[in-house]
Amino acid sequence: MALGAGTVATVPPIDDAPAAPPPRETPPRSRRHRVTWRQALRKDWRLYSFVVLPVLFFLIFKYVPMIGNVIAFRRFRPGGSPLGDEWVGFYYFDMFMHNQQFWQVFWNTVVLGLLTLAICFPLPIVLALMLNELRSRRFKKIVQTISYLPHFMSIVIVAGLVLQLTAVSGTVNQIMQAFGGDAVSFMQQPDWFRTIYVSSEVWQTVGWGTILYLAALTTVDDQLYEAARIDGANRWQQTWHITLPGIRPTMMVLLILNIGSFMAVGFEKVLLLQNPLIYSTADVISTYLYRVGIQSAQFSYGAAIGLFEALIGLVLVLSANSVSRRLVGASLW
Amino acid sequence: MVIETSTPDLAAVRHEPTTVKDTPGYRAFRVVNVVALLVVCAVTLYPFVNLVAKAFSSEGFIAAGEVNLLPRGFNLETFAVVMGDAMFWINYKNTVVYTVLGTLISMALTTPYAYALSRRHLKGRTFFIGIAVFTMFFSGGLIPNYILVADVLNMRNTLWAIVLPGAISVFNLLVMKSFFENFPTELEEAAAIDGLTTYGIFGRIVLPLSKAVLATMTLFYAVSLWNSWFSAFLYLDQKELFPVTVYLRNLIAAASNPAAGLSGADTVQIGANIQSVTMLLTVLPIICFYPFIQRYFVSGVMLGSVKG
Repeated sequence: MALGAGTVATVPPIDDAPAAPPPRETPPRSRRHRVTWRQALRKDWRLYSFVVLPVLFFLIFKYVPMIGNVIAFRRFRPGGSPLGDEWVGFYYFDMFMHNQQFWQVFWNTVVLGLLTLAICFPLPIVLALMLNELRSRRFKKIVQTISYLPHFMSIVIVAGLVLQLTAVSGTVNQIMQAFGGDAVSFMQQPDWFRTIYVSSEVWQTVGWGTILYLAALTTVDDQLYEAARIDGANRWQQTWHITLPGIRPTMMVLLILNIGSFMAVGFEKVLLLQNPLIYSTADVISTYLYRVGIQSAQFSYGAAIGLFEALIGLVLVLSANSVSRRLVGASLW
Repeated sequence: MVIETSTPDLAAVRHEPTTVKDTPGYRAFRVVNVVALLVVCAVTLYPFVNLVAKAFSSEGFIAAGEVNLLPRGFNLETFAVVMGDAMFWINYKNTVVYTVLGTLISMALTTPYAYALSRRHLKGRTFFIGIAVFTMFFSGGLIPNYILVADVLNMRNTLWAIVLPGAISVFNLLVMKSFFENFPTELEEAAAIDGLTTYGIFGRIVLPLSKAVLATMTLFYAVSLWNSWFSAFLYLDQKELFPVTVYLRNLIAAASNPAAGLSGADTVQIGANIQSVTMLLTVLPIICFYPFIQRYFVSGVMLGSVKG
């Protein structure tokens, strides 16, 4: 996967200049194309032996489940055929399309995904720019080390910390009370869930998210800043006209990736944080799917929802990618 | 000699020419900037500080909402209680076993595959890369995966359900592939002339020189396995098989599920102390290793962004 040109500079060879060796002779292209599978296998069989197990892995654990999605169109009975027993067409799709609860979790997913994207995507850029203005290497390193830490925590730990901090006797309530407010039982009020979820995402991801931006910042040419200074650009203008355009390919690629995972909004974290009292805002497609599909064992119904969700994800990433390629020339492939 | 993963120094700071004077506005900004970053650090660290404080406090002070930065009513008994629970240690041991075995399997599958994919002359290379990359954007989904692992392969309540379904991370695979692509070809050509086969080149030349990237990838896999809980939650239902994350999840769920009983308001506080102690013991290994492993992770992430 390419993260756009200019994300990380590759180090150019140093000793090439004085006596550049003649370019190594490469076999003409036409000859390479004529290599048959039989010849390739005979010559590179050892190399092919390296790919056997991994390819089996992908086929069994990634592609067989894709085929397994046919149960979305077939009636599945536990104990029956793993690919379902008889064709039912779009029966299960109809079922969720006409289900009030599905549309509730659908919109919850969209809102939560949009909020996460709108807040968790730009913040790492801001933090990276702030770090970029520091003049003390030591301080910069300390801030970086601390801000990466939450990334290494298990989701279970993060959920545990969130539940403790938002408890009635937790720190958040103590701060609210110190300012004269009343204690709120946050995790029992649907109105609070989105705020809590997004805040915890910010806490966990923003520091780590700066890495690629900081790497991109090191590649911005110092001469550009010098030229801008001579032209009388102030610090803000330098940031706006040099730094930001310099990291734009990185921004675009990360945006596409974020959009691609948009419908999957932190399934594990939502599952750990939610409880039935706040389902009206805290239940998303993936958690609903888990509950009806696995816990209530409605496999076909669950598979239909899962397929729908996966297709939306695929369409989102493909369209984001083509828009980005057309507008700014940055793309994933 | 080890070929280092060459990545830019992210802690590097820009050196301004001394002839240029900062404007008063920019000087003010720099002060605000430093203060803001200090606040970021404080907010990031606070939940951990609070966790430690709660772990060493007595339940009464926690329930009264009086434990913030420092422990109140110093108490070590809960540590004795948690550490005296045999199931906690069984689950902790499971986490270690799953992590070690899972990392070994993942590395054994990822490394040779990445190496093969990095050989540009390999016929079918695009196909082999394609089947991996496609799974990043489209996956079979929860239910078909569950049916496959639990029913078809019959891996329910075995450690295979934990370590096999996610054995190759495509991100890690691509990182390694781009590392091997930048490997100096002269070494391998010389080795081939000396009569080494592909196996010999891989085992005696490539691997020994790739310790840096191998260490990074091992850590990527190990940390994610150490932290994982969902596949264990999904496929295991015998307590003796749980990893410690599921032990912790069940403890938290039992304490904080308002549907489980009581009027709700004070449920989270029940066992806040015991939860804190368990959480602290679970994150301790990560926190201890963190300062040493952090830089490997950073270089790994950046390596993944190199065009490949």
